[in-house]
Amino acid sequence: MPIKKFEATLREPLLHLKNAVIIDLHGEINGSVEAVLTMAYDKAELQEPATIVLNFSDVDYMNSTGIALIVGLLARARKAHRTLTVYGLSEHYTEIFNITRLADFMHIYQDENSLMSEITAATTAVKSATKQNQE
Amino acid sequence: MGILKRTLSLGRTAPPTTPTATPVAVETVQRAVTIPAVEIVQDDALYAYCLTSPGVVEIDTLKMDSAALRAMHEAGIRLILPLVSQGELVGLLQLGARLSEQDYSSDDVRLLNNLSSQAATALRVAQLAYQQQVEARRRERIEQELAVAGIIQQTLLPKGVPSLTGWGFAAHWQPARTVGGDFYDFIPLSDSRLMITIGDVTDKGVPAALVMASTRSVIRAAAERLISPGEVLKRTNDVLHPDVPAKMFVTCLCAVLDINTGRLEYANAGHNPPQQRTSQGVVELRARGMPLGLMPNMEYEVKETQLAPGDTVLFYSDGLVEAHNEAHDMFGMKRLQALVTEHPGGESLIGFLKDALFTFTGAQWEQEDDVTYVVFQRELKAGRRPAHTEHGDGEHYLLDEFEIVSAPGNEREAMERTATAISALNLPPARMERIKTAVAETTMNAMEHGNKYQPDKPVQIGISANDHELIVSVTDQGGDQPILDAPAPDLDAKLAGLQSARGWGLFLVKAMVDDMRIRAEDGAHTVELVINLEGDSHAHQKI
Repeated sequence: MPIKKFEATLREPLLHLKNAVIIDLHGEINGSVEAVLTMAYDKAELQEPATIVLNFSDVDYMNSTGIALIVGLLARARKAHRTLTVYGLSEHYTEIFNITRLADFMHIYQDENSLMSEITAATTAVKSATKQNQE
Repeated sequence: MGILKRTLSLGRTAPPTTPTATPVAVETVQRAVTIPAVEIVQDDALYAYCLTSPGVVEIDTLKMDSAALRAMHEAGIRLILPLVSQGELVGLLQLGARLSEQDYSSDDVRLLNNLSSQAATALRVAQLAYQQQVEARRRERIEQELAVAGIIQQTLLPKGVPSLTGWGFAAHWQPARTVGGDFYDFIPLSDSRLMITIGDVTDKGVPAALVMASTRSVIRAAAERLISPGEVLKRTNDVLHPDVPAKMFVTCLCAVLDINTGRLEYANAGHNPPQQRTSQGVVELRARGMPLGLMPNMEYEVKETQLAPGDTVLFYSDGLVEAHNEAHDMFGMKRLQALVTEHPGGESLIGFLKDALFTFTGAQWEQEDDVTYVVFQRELKAGRRPAHTEHGDGEHYLLDEFEIVSAPGNEREAMERTATAISALNLPPARMERIKTAVAETTMNAMEHGNKYQPDKPVQIGISANDHELIVSVTDQGGDQPILDAPAPDLDAKLAGLQSARGWGLFLVKAMVDDMRIRAEDGAHTVELVINLEGDSHAHQKI
């Protein structure tokens, strides 16, 4: 059975996503991809975003050692007062995020459109509030 | 003609395939002396002269460089009368001197000229009748030989199909002529395995049948020693190659079926790819390899597939997919795959395909090539062996049993193979995903903690079911010590760094299945994953 090589790539920052960085994940997530995943997360942190987004749309398999890696990233994010957000999880892995309670600590969006609407709305609200305060 | 002194000889021209004209009849007059007729070869100048010069010819008047003419002079021939029919020299009347020793008169010559056209026609008719008799006798002899060859060839095909619990087999062989180049075979091997082959020799008739017989014998001999289908084809190719006539070769598919587990290993020497009908659709089983007899030292790719209960596999020859109808359309692979998809599977697939072929070609079809079908199905109640369960609820039927080498990442193989084995249960997708995760995590634990990732210690997996429950048992070789029940993971503690981020495996397994049982015996741990089936949508298709 051919297994897709794991890759974690940083998305080019988008104008309306100044406070967030997306990491696109591709392939299988297990303990053996720790170095690749950590390197991508390190790069994301360099931009000091408020939110780091993990895109699972192209992840076809994740085992318990892969879940442990996500737990590790969540711990890092919380320590740095960042938000860790995910989207693109299949129904099965959404269930696993619920069972493990990971869903209690991170926002889960169905897809990129849902994520964008939410973040854009939040950014607009913050800007409006800031403007009102300045006036 | 009683006045002739010596011999009246009747020669004929050679048939088109022979270079000389030989006498076909000799009439001897009383008191005459017999002299042999002179034969004329087709490139002799006299031959061409006779073709273009009807009527009596006095040979003394001829001036040409001709061996036949010289021979006639020596034999005492005086007159010749070419017998020409439809532009072909069918005979030559050769006359010696008259018995009276007088010269031939003008009346004699007139009589002979009148005779020539009638004699030529009569001779031609006689020759044709003779040739037809010879041809009829030849055809009759060939037909008798072909009938015998056909009977002999049929004795080389299996007398029946295997009768094995949990499996259904069927085969049909339909040669285009009395003898054909298609063949198939079932060869029982040791350890509950069965070799199934199908082949097609290019060409038809007796030459193809002889090569077919050789191929079958070589495969049978190789199968006794070499279990891998790739090795069997390689060996067969090496033996056949020096002896197979030029421009003739054999396509052949060789497969080994494990009747206990449903695992099918196959290699293909350029034959039409088999079709596997699963509950999810039709899969084409492809493997690379050159036809047998073309080139020496060939290697044959070996692939494998898993037959879940209910799956059917079809082997067939190109006479099916390359059949044409009156509009010159070809039957084709797309039509075949659509038909295999439409049919529920099993032995009746052959009759279904035969009917479809008849409908496609029409009743007037002149079969162009041999057509052969071999079908086998793993029955839904496959492998009625009781599973090795201690707490099973009633008799369980084994769906699959296999080993996984202990190496990181191999849990995916266990997961996919389990999914194939239980596909016929038609479980809801979410339920299927939970089972896959449970099997993957349990296998991972067995490989890592039980077998310490030692490649020589495989993990054994058995899958069994009855009407009420599905059980997947995962066995490692980790010794007699019990598996400790790990504490439930505490995410708050993990995020605070008070607990390792790992440790989710058993927790996930328990969450994915209805029950998990652990036992340790004979140096092995077995984890049984129990999934209740009652209430699932599969209920209408119970095992």
